[in-house]
Amino acid sequence: MEHIELFFKSIFIDNMVFATFLGMCSYLAVSKKVATAVGLGAAVIFVMLITVPLNWLLDHYLLQPGALAWLGEGYADYDLSFLSFIMFIATIATMVQLVEIVVEKFSPSLYNSLGIFLPLIAVNCAILGGSLFMQSREIPTLGLATVYGVSSGIGWFLAILAIAAIREKIRYSNVPPALRGLGITFIITGLMAIGFMSFGGMLTGGDEAKKETTKTVKVEEPSTDTDKAKKELANNTENN
Amino acid sequence: MSLKSNLHNLKEKYKGTKMAPAFNALHTFLYTPNDTTHNGTHIKAADDLKRTMNTVIMAMLPCLIFGMFNAGYQHNLAVGDIQAVTSGFFSSEFWTLDNFMIGFWKIIPLVIVSYGVGLGVEFLFAIIKKHEVEEGYLVTGMLVPLIVPIDIPLWMLAIAVIFGVVIGKEVFGGTGMNILNPALTIRAFLFFAYPTWMSGDKVWVEGAVQRTKDIAAGANLDAISGETILGSLAQGKDMAYSVSDMFFGFIPGSIGETSTLLIILGGLFLIFTKIGSWRIMLSSVLGAITMGLIFNQVVSAGIITESSKFYTLMSTPFWQHLIIGGFAFGVVFMATDPVTASQTNIGKWYYGFFIGFISILIRVFNPAYPEGVMLAILLMNVFAPTIDHYVIQGNIKQRLKRLKVKTA
Repeated sequence: MEHIELFFKSIFIDNMVFATFLGMCSYLAVSKKVATAVGLGAAVIFVMLITVPLNWLLDHYLLQPGALAWLGEGYADYDLSFLSFIMFIATIATMVQLVEIVVEKFSPSLYNSLGIFLPLIAVNCAILGGSLFMQSREIPTLGLATVYGVSSGIGWFLAILAIAAIREKIRYSNVPPALRGLGITFIITGLMAIGFMSFGGMLTGGDEAKKETTKTVKVEEPSTDTDKAKKELANNTENN
Repeated sequence: MSLKSNLHNLKEKYKGTKMAPAFNALHTFLYTPNDTTHNGTHIKAADDLKRTMNTVIMAMLPCLIFGMFNAGYQHNLAVGDIQAVTSGFFSSEFWTLDNFMIGFWKIIPLVIVSYGVGLGVEFLFAIIKKHEVEEGYLVTGMLVPLIVPIDIPLWMLAIAVIFGVVIGKEVFGGTGMNILNPALTIRAFLFFAYPTWMSGDKVWVEGAVQRTKDIAAGANLDAISGETILGSLAQGKDMAYSVSDMFFGFIPGSIGETSTLLIILGGLFLIFTKIGSWRIMLSSVLGAITMGLIFNQVVSAGIITESSKFYTLMSTPFWQHLIIGGFAFGVVFMATDPVTASQTNIGKWYYGFFIGFISILIRVFNPAYPEGVMLAILLMNVFAPTIDHYVIQGNIKQRLKRLKVKTA
């Protein structure tokens, strides 16, 4: 049940594009044709499916304060979470290389049409965002992290699929010259976000009791500097 | 000199100037033009865009007039001047001139502002972009007053209409190019920008806001309140209206959405004139019934207990979902908008089904937005091009296969 809830929540409610506006560069640039959009979207789903659980493992067994306890008593105090960004990006870059090799081998036409944006997935903020949200929202298990990665990817996929179809539809529209291209795409994205607002606030009302308990737990925890930094990071990403 | 020749002369006078589209539009809106084209072959069809639009407006007029009566009825009922209706649709308590006049003076300004501002923007864009004025706003302008609460301030409506027409339609190149239904864009704008004026228990009955202010100022009056059925159900209260009230429309709600009976009549009219798509209407109803049945099953299987906040809405019988709130109005007049709906026949089935499905889903699961159908239609507007794309691709694949079989 928890898994299903997180699945739908990350696809529709916390949609990467319409709720957090992450991954915009490739979303705007590769959405001219449905076929390429589907290719890129599938690549993003795949990369997120692999990287989010991998980064969860990294986070829990290397980076978190006390994560190194499995090495022995002496390592229990280490806190490597300042390495999160570098570790996460390294994982993502490696996986993107892998995807690139696979796509080039099996679908050269898709490889050509995606062009520079395939390697650029490595710096697609939706993917790094997925890993960082996983960290800051403290997703408790590997299974949930996998679900979160896949469903965030699917959310992004749906977004780019829908806008690609819309852009194919409006190709012959008489858009004012000043707005042609990116301008109208931004406006469409905004309007699509209105459509996605229908899910805003859903699935949040039912589990109020559960949330309160996690909050109290958080307060009891000794608030170290890293916790603060983590919270700030979460705030910043949300504000952005 | 008749009005027609006057208008014709005006048109001739401004020919070639900046203002020409405005006068052309005035002329062709009221009369058939005097001049004919001289070359080329032309398709002759009686149902041009203006005729289509006017047909939809005709289908909506009963709802508008009923809305006027209902506005006054709800007001008088809340004040305590009259009794609730007892004898069916033609109750004498309801169809009184007093009721009508209260609604009339409240709703006509909404209609005027909606048309005035919206057509003003259309004329402005036509003049700037130097094309003829498009008729697309005729229906939107009538839809907008029907889907807002009666007490909405006129300036809010004006701002929302400007937003809806400019961002929702004109930036895409005008009529026929928009992605989202303009009327619903306007309503969504109001809904998210001024939520206190679009939900709650103060805006659905005429005079409730003013009465609250009077009481705050020290007047010795009873407060008026009236909530939509969905609003009170979302808070876990019991249903306060009988089924016939809901079906005939003697309930608080947006101006035109209450009377399911008249909406069905309008829908039949649209289907009969082949302007509204029966596929979308039918599949939306099917989608809503499916979702409603699933929820009813969940309740009867005992998965959701009475302590759950979703219980009241989930246990509402599935067929009641069809007649409360704006579902019927949205499905008949909004979802069938030929521009923003799916263009393909198979696509229309999916499109409609998901509208019904998602609107009931939002109603039940999203306590913040008790009225799901607006957002469900907007969401499916977003995905309609995607559905079309895949329907067309599927068709192409099928034909290719057939071709191969033939040649082989």
